Amino acid sequence: MVEVNEKIAIEHGLKKEEFKKICDLLKRTPNITELGIFSAMWNEHCSYKSSRLHLKKLHTKGDQVIQGPGENAGVVDIEDNDAIVFKIESHNHPSFIEPYQGAATGVGGIMRDVFTMGARPIANLNSIHFGSPDHEKTRNLLRGVVKGIGGYGNCIGVPTIAGQTCFDESYNGNILVNAMTLGLVNKNKIFYSKAAGINKPVIYVGSKTGRDGIHGASMASAIFDDKIEEKKPTVQVGDPFTEKLLLEACLELMAGKSIISIQDMGAAGLTSSSIEMASKGNLGIEIDLTKVPCREEKMTPYEIMLSESQERMLIVLEKGKEGEAKKIFDKWNLDFAVIGKTTDSKKIELFFKNEKVAEIPIDFLAESAPMYDRKWIKAKLPKENKFTKDQFKSLKLSDCLKKVLVDPNIVDKEWIWDQYDHTVMGDTIQKPGGNAGVVRVHGTNKAVAAAVDSSATYCHAHPLTGGKQVVCESWRNMISVGAKPIAITNCLNFGNPEKERNMGEFVECVEGITEASKYLDYPVVSGNVSFYNETKDKGIKPTPSIGGIGLLSDYKKMMTMELKNEGNYLFVVGKTEGHLDQSIFARNILFEFNGPPPEINLFNEKQNGMSILNLKKENLIETCHDVSLGGILTAVSKMSIKGNKGVKLFSIDGLVNKFEYFFGEDQGRYIIEIKPDNLEKVEKMLKKDSIHFDKLGIIESNQITYGNDLKISIDDIKEGYKNWLKKYMVN
Amino acid sequence: MKSSVIIFPGSNCDRDMDVALRKFGFKNQMVWHNDSEIPKSDLIVLPGGFSYGDYLRCGSIAGKSRIIKSVIDFANSGGLVLGICNGFQILTETGLLPGILQQNKYLNFICKNVFVKIKNKENKYFKNIKKEVLELHIAHNEGNYFCSKDELKLIEDNSQIAVTYCDQKGNDDEANNPNGALKNIAGIFNKDKNILGMMPHPERMIDPFLSGEDGSIFFENLIGS
Repeated sequence: MVEVNEKIAIEHGLKKEEFKKICDLLKRTPNITELGIFSAMWNEHCSYKSSRLHLKKLHTKGDQVIQGPGENAGVVDIEDNDAIVFKIESHNHPSFIEPYQGAATGVGGIMRDVFTMGARPIANLNSIHFGSPDHEKTRNLLRGVVKGIGGYGNCIGVPTIAGQTCFDESYNGNILVNAMTLGLVNKNKIFYSKAAGINKPVIYVGSKTGRDGIHGASMASAIFDDKIEEKKPTVQVGDPFTEKLLLEACLELMAGKSIISIQDMGAAGLTSSSIEMASKGNLGIEIDLTKVPCREEKMTPYEIMLSESQERMLIVLEKGKEGEAKKIFDKWNLDFAVIGKTTDSKKIELFFKNEKVAEIPIDFLAESAPMYDRKWIKAKLPKENKFTKDQFKSLKLSDCLKKVLVDPNIVDKEWIWDQYDHTVMGDTIQKPGGNAGVVRVHGTNKAVAAAVDSSATYCHAHPLTGGKQVVCESWRNMISVGAKPIAITNCLNFGNPEKERNMGEFVECVEGITEASKYLDYPVVSGNVSFYNETKDKGIKPTPSIGGIGLLSDYKKMMTMELKNEGNYLFVVGKTEGHLDQSIFARNILFEFNGPPPEINLFNEKQNGMSILNLKKENLIETCHDVSLGGILTAVSKMSIKGNKGVKLFSIDGLVNKFEYFFGEDQGRYIIEIKPDNLEKVEKMLKKDSIHFDKLGIIESNQITYGNDLKISIDDIKEGYKNWLKKYMVN
Repeated sequence: MKSSVIIFPGSNCDRDMDVALRKFGFKNQMVWHNDSEIPKSDLIVLPGGFSYGDYLRCGSIAGKSRIIKSVIDFANSGGLVLGICNGFQILTETGLLPGILQQNKYLNFICKNVFVKIKNKENKYFKNIKKEVLELHIAHNEGNYFCSKDELKLIEDNSQIAVTYCDQKGNDDEANNPNGALKNIAGIFNKDKNILGMMPHPERMIDPFLSGEDGSIFFENLIGS
């Protein structure tokens, strides 16, 4: 057996002081298995040691919240005894090393989190970020990640209904892969990870344990250097077929009454799942590692405890129900083994070949885990740019529009979502490419909307504003399909928390998220944190991804974004101030990369959003799209392309020039389509609520026109927008 | 009409097919792959999905499963057997239908609406359908139909081509071929036309709020036949 010392502890990613604390707690030096367990539980990924202090501030309560953060996933009430279980999670580090398997197992892991709670997954989403399109690795990483996400989700038969893809050079050495799943459950049949009762059998089900993924969680807690290729063996390998069987078998077992608690083996595998169950139940747990089904020969206790082999679950059963449960897993051809029992020792005790190989009080691993109040610095709001008339003088609207529409962050992403099965399960009523994905709640009139958003550019420029903005954008996506926003899940992707600037970005983004979600009553119910997204000292831009969900009580009232009928009018709801700093226009046309992000006014945000829902309730809106990246003209173009109809834009008046008006990225705005008959009613309702709106234009012909300044056909703008990504990928 | 949908481990369109069949009046029952007998049925459906993970070759393990002997017997006695997507792949693996389904030409999974042209209406599957072109949905990685020259000649001589990929107007040329399938073949019959295998999923097109409604036309005709 390996002699444990400080050097070995440091190789396990522990700090010198942390190793000393372990020895002090145990009053002895841990053996290698115990050290492995400590390192797995105390790393950033599992212990949230840098983030815990700040995550406590998140707004997590609300009337519809059944379960907030702290469980496998969050749960919200959607009436009639139905509940939605949902969560987003990162799989960044493995995906950069091995894009297919990294992304695939990310999808597998998040689906397990959801069905562990008794819910059948009904939709998948993802948010993926890549380096600059010019970077040599980007194309292959994108291809691998998309294939991995598709390969897993398509095989399981859960539709991928929405997502987001961004490109920015800050991800050149650290891509982001965030996967989100929604599941449907009867609110009286939710399963939790808290164990209860002593002497209850602990059951292992699913795939066999192999040597893959050992120390995966530690890798996810470290920065990359030149030797990342050597870390390939720490990436897990996914088997979606087994997961499909595991899903069906678990749901079959859950229909009965034999499960006390259940936990999937995710990061840090058997270690974290067993400790979490015991810790939450304030119990001890005893496991005989000889009984764990293994795929490879001569696996040591250390390897068995730290393996991150996929598609495995740990269950605490009612005593005497083992036979009944085994029958179900036999039917689905899955391994089933009684590997231990719950105890009242409040310790984790491991046996191997009749010998005790580890004994650690659970408290040492969970509650005594380090928590750091890391130093951070507050970001200053950058100075606004003053653009001069000269900068706009030689610009033409049509040229600018064409350029903006082929920005990789704007272009159509069909090449990606065509590869995801988005229609299986027969309830997808809004496909990817719209404001949000929408699936019906099977067999009812209800539907659930979901979207993922991030805006690293804004967060980078000013983290507090950026944090608020992402939540608002998510809220707007829900409103735009006619759904009442319910709750969010957040995936917080940041750089190195040991650097004050990165830590500050984290703290202030969380603050922004909290402020907005509180004001909008849009609570955070689940999520995860991914730090150390840094390679060779270069960190990513702060990237909180927000996954939002909303409820439509009547799916037939869902809104879409494509223009419907000629002769209908378009309004912009919300005020346009012409904010160009940090916009796509500023970057691509003015080559200006500094300045503050657009300001968030939560009062207006809420008012504007609610007014849209009120108008929809009265059936006064035909189409709705929120205005985001690229401003009004980009939004109108996308609506035109999707509906294959042109728009005559009315002349603008006010203090801003046409470029500021059409490309500014002011927040809290929507474009709506209104029938001529309803114009008066809409104006009246908006005025009554003191909502600012502009009459934007009228739908006609097959071109977008603005007086003599712009005349461009749909086909002309469609070409670049629709084909950019396809062309990029075949090159 | 009584129908049976076979569930293999890894099937994932079994529920969708069940929902569709019931919607159009079939008395449907689900049959487990490890059973050896199929309850009395007028129609057997092999649904889409990834049977046994499709780890060897799509449909090949399912083609050797315990239930499959009953499916073959039923088909050989003239019963209606419909294989959709993975079900089509399984039917070719059992030899009930000629040819094979290879990986898509551009090596990507494809999920989208397509148009298919009905090539033969002298059979129970398409008999009373008035339209010549249906809009259906595909979602597959291995839908690129291929067979030998001799087999193709037999297939064509016996009018076994059921549907071909085309555009809205029915042009089934190379420009409208999503996956590289030989002759744009999206679905074929056996010689007697009681067995149909096709890649498109009619069960995903049974509601105006889904991708479309042409799947309804398919099932309405089938229940009436």
